[in-house]
Amino acid sequence: MTATGFLSQVLQLAIALALAPLLLGWVNQCRAWLSNRSAPPLLLPYRMIRKLFHKDAVVAQNASAVFRITPYIVFGSMALAAAIVPSLATDVPFAHAADAIALVGLFALARVFIALAAMDIGTAFGSIGARREMFIGFLAEPALLMVLFTASLISGSTALPTIVETLAHRDIAIYPSLAFAGVAFTMVSLAENARIPIDNPATHLELTMIHEAMILEYSARHLALIEWASALKLFNYSCIGLALFVPFGIAEVGADWVAILKAAPVLVAKLAVGGLALALIETLSAKLRIFRAPEFLGTAFLLAVLGMLVTQLLGA
Amino acid sequence: MTSTLPLVVAAIVAWLAIGALGLVRPRSIRYVGRLLFPVGAAVALALAALAVRAIGEPAQTIILPLGLPGLPFHLRLDALSAFFLLLLGAAAAGISMFSAGYFRASEGIAPGLVCLQYHVFLSAMALVIVADDAYAFMVAWETMALASYFLVTTDHRIPEIRRAGFLYLLIAHVGAIAILLCFGVLQGGTGDYTFGSMRSVVLPGGWASIAFLLALFGFGAKAGLLPLHVWLPEAHPAAPSPVSALMSGVMLKTAIYGLLRVAFDLLNGHLWWWGALALVLGLATALYGVIFAAAQTDMKRLLAYSSIENIGIIVAGVGLTILFKAYAKPLFAAITLSATLYHALNHAFFKSLLFLATGSVLHATKERSLGRLGGLIHRMPWVAWLALVGTLAMAGLPPLNGFVSEWLLLQAFLFTPSLPQSFVNMLVPLAAAALVLAVALAAYVMVKFYGVVFLGRPREPNLAYAHDAGRYERVALVWFALGCIVLGLFPVNVIALLDHINEMLLGSTVGRIGSSWWLFAPINADRSSYSPIIVLAGVVAVVLLTIQIVHRQYHGRLRKGPAWDCGFPLQTPRMQDTAEGFGQPIRQVFEAFFRVERTLPSPFDESPNYKVTIDDRLWHWLYLPIAQATDAVARLSGRIQQGRISVYLIYSFLTLLALLMFVR
Repeated sequence: MTATGFLSQVLQLAIALALAPLLLGWVNQCRAWLSNRSAPPLLLPYRMIRKLFHKDAVVAQNASAVFRITPYIVFGSMALAAAIVPSLATDVPFAHAADAIALVGLFALARVFIALAAMDIGTAFGSIGARREMFIGFLAEPALLMVLFTASLISGSTALPTIVETLAHRDIAIYPSLAFAGVAFTMVSLAENARIPIDNPATHLELTMIHEAMILEYSARHLALIEWASALKLFNYSCIGLALFVPFGIAEVGADWVAILKAAPVLVAKLAVGGLALALIETLSAKLRIFRAPEFLGTAFLLAVLGMLVTQLLGA
Repeated sequence: MTSTLPLVVAAIVAWLAIGALGLVRPRSIRYVGRLLFPVGAAVALALAALAVRAIGEPAQTIILPLGLPGLPFHLRLDALSAFFLLLLGAAAAGISMFSAGYFRASEGIAPGLVCLQYHVFLSAMALVIVADDAYAFMVAWETMALASYFLVTTDHRIPEIRRAGFLYLLIAHVGAIAILLCFGVLQGGTGDYTFGSMRSVVLPGGWASIAFLLALFGFGAKAGLLPLHVWLPEAHPAAPSPVSALMSGVMLKTAIYGLLRVAFDLLNGHLWWWGALALVLGLATALYGVIFAAAQTDMKRLLAYSSIENIGIIVAGVGLTILFKAYAKPLFAAITLSATLYHALNHAFFKSLLFLATGSVLHATKERSLGRLGGLIHRMPWVAWLALVGTLAMAGLPPLNGFVSEWLLLQAFLFTPSLPQSFVNMLVPLAAAALVLAVALAAYVMVKFYGVVFLGRPREPNLAYAHDAGRYERVALVWFALGCIVLGLFPVNVIALLDHINEMLLGSTVGRIGSSWWLFAPINADRSSYSPIIVLAGVVAVVLLTIQIVHRQYHGRLRKGPAWDCGFPLQTPRMQDTAEGFGQPIRQVFEAFFRVERTLPSPFDESPNYKVTIDDRLWHWLYLPIAQATDAVARLSGRIQQGRISVYLIYSFLTLLALLMFVR
């Protein structure tokens, strides 16, 4: 482990933890602008988390320890994932602890725990949320893995740093396999992060909510951690997308600390554009019925597999 | 240093002796349960230790003066059999310990008799694994089938259980015939049925393929490969839970052992389409199994279907290994075979754990149907928390063991672009997609299983009286949970062990390139790496740190209140998802797989009743037609039985005439 590697690891994790709520605030702000509403303050998510930490936690009477430990595990998995995804530099020590497949496993760990916690109280909404979340998950996870496999086949590696370095040094052109994978990845990210058209983060309407139904029973610090973890998840997915499809400006192995510091504003700029794009997609689409979700995600899955086949056929 | 094989034989004999001792006082639970079963567990543990020692040693052989004159039993202990003995010993140690506290005098047949059948079953499985000639193998194989048949039908007074046992016996024998024929082909006209001579016989291409297909069919019937899987979801729920665990965790693996023995040790000159066939069949089985698992409402049936899924994944791994071997890619073949064996070992641990947990739940609640359970984490914390480990392992989540082997298998799939044939290259992305889909669905199934059984509120009032598992049962569950964790955390050491088998079967090893004790990197760290220890340490560190910071910085105040549930005032446990409800999205998406029969109430019913039965379509497409055809043939042949002596005399007379014509 080099000193710069350690520095970039610390910096990357700090940026992720600190900026994740900001990304959420930024997306909400853009959505408000695009739909001609007056925007909430940019820093609202921070205030929300702070407020929740101050409150007394109320836990349902028959909650078990699974319910109480879940927010911490979800937050822990997302924080670890933020340390692994090369958002700032590729030479991060934690990147070797989990490659792309293990990263998907880490996301699955968080999902399974949150679904179990939702079933723990034994309410109608909790179990309906858990069921739907796992339903979305089993459709989205294969598609995500197929996207990652496409990138792995191109770079001959499942390690994210190697993928980034390989993809960043190719000629700038539109590669058909990556184009398919890019569309698929966007669709999967929308579904996984509980955004429109699969879920609506702003609703508590009984029949449509998925993610919100699962965390209905949470309050105070537990809810704060879950909200923060959700923001981190969006941040992580954005960073994976950037690493796969816009891998430029990420400090590479052997870079000095100046390059690492330079990578930070580039990352923020890329995320700002990404957030705007997310808001645009959300504004332009309507929420799907839950049983249209398989079609949506099935399309993503097929596109990703197509991307993989194209890689095999054309070698691009 | 003494050789290991005689000690293994001694362990087998010890098991048989324990079984026979069970007959001394068959009705005494204290004698059979508290004495004999723990001693059996100790023998199993010793066997596992012997196997670990033998795995690195060169092959040893021994000839036992048993069996028919001129046909003694040949036994052989090499790396492959040592690995499966390890699996058998490690799983049997836990299951025997569980059995010590599980069997009750009032249930089914006398415990002493169960003890006899159980230990005969164990020793037969051990003998299958060390047998070195077709004769000894088939004797052990049939003993295994019969012993397990009697164990399945322990509660033989229930008609469904008798029916399930019969179906199991039937398919086991159809498979055994195929295996017998396979050995007939393998001896290649030499008339020598020892495995040693089969190894040296070089079969012509066509015969080798026939032998492989027969082995795939025969061992596939035992393993539960599509379309011969139908006995599994019937037999596993019928058997007592420790027996289900033993059958699912270990006996299915003996079929995998047989397949590996035939495909890699006895056969040579691999053709690529063998691998492709096994790959496609395995993945089809995996998907089929997991989709049906999602729709089940009986917890043991759910686990049985999930065993079908895992066997499918294992067979797919065997197929991919054959593919790599056929195209002479020794390193990739070694990685794939390691992933396959690793998954077999992992499955033995987490599936035994879960089946045993269902046994504890069954004893505590007298209930197997998911729709009448719930909230058991409060009543049975030991079972619930240990089952959580098994659940997470089976859902394929890091850092537990189920994830490692699936990770390695997916890595193996990513090596396929190096294969020279474009058809295979096109097949493999689809295969990888199918595998990933099956693995993702397994997580769905496990959330359903765990959430409905252990979490939520009790769906029936009598669940309030459920009691936690006893001392022996806890020891067994802890053993398996620890196994799941250790196997998950130290993949590098496990792979070092498995390399002996790679060396023996493929002549190549994975090695430790790029790996250190904490980092698992099968090719090199730049290509792919995974470190379960760091993942675990990372998550645990963040969890502890966050708890500390949140509690110090803010406060740790907590109040208990009624559930919020969007402010609904009236909440009953009946409003939770049932097992049917939780499986409903899967049923809707994969509707084509199921044969669903619904009875809907009309609006004017006095007591409305909604009933859904879900069936396997294969049952109606394949098995019932065969059964009907057999029935029709039997009816036709029944016509010649007139029941009058004069008619039978005419038959004898005609037969004599016919014989005279031929013999002349």
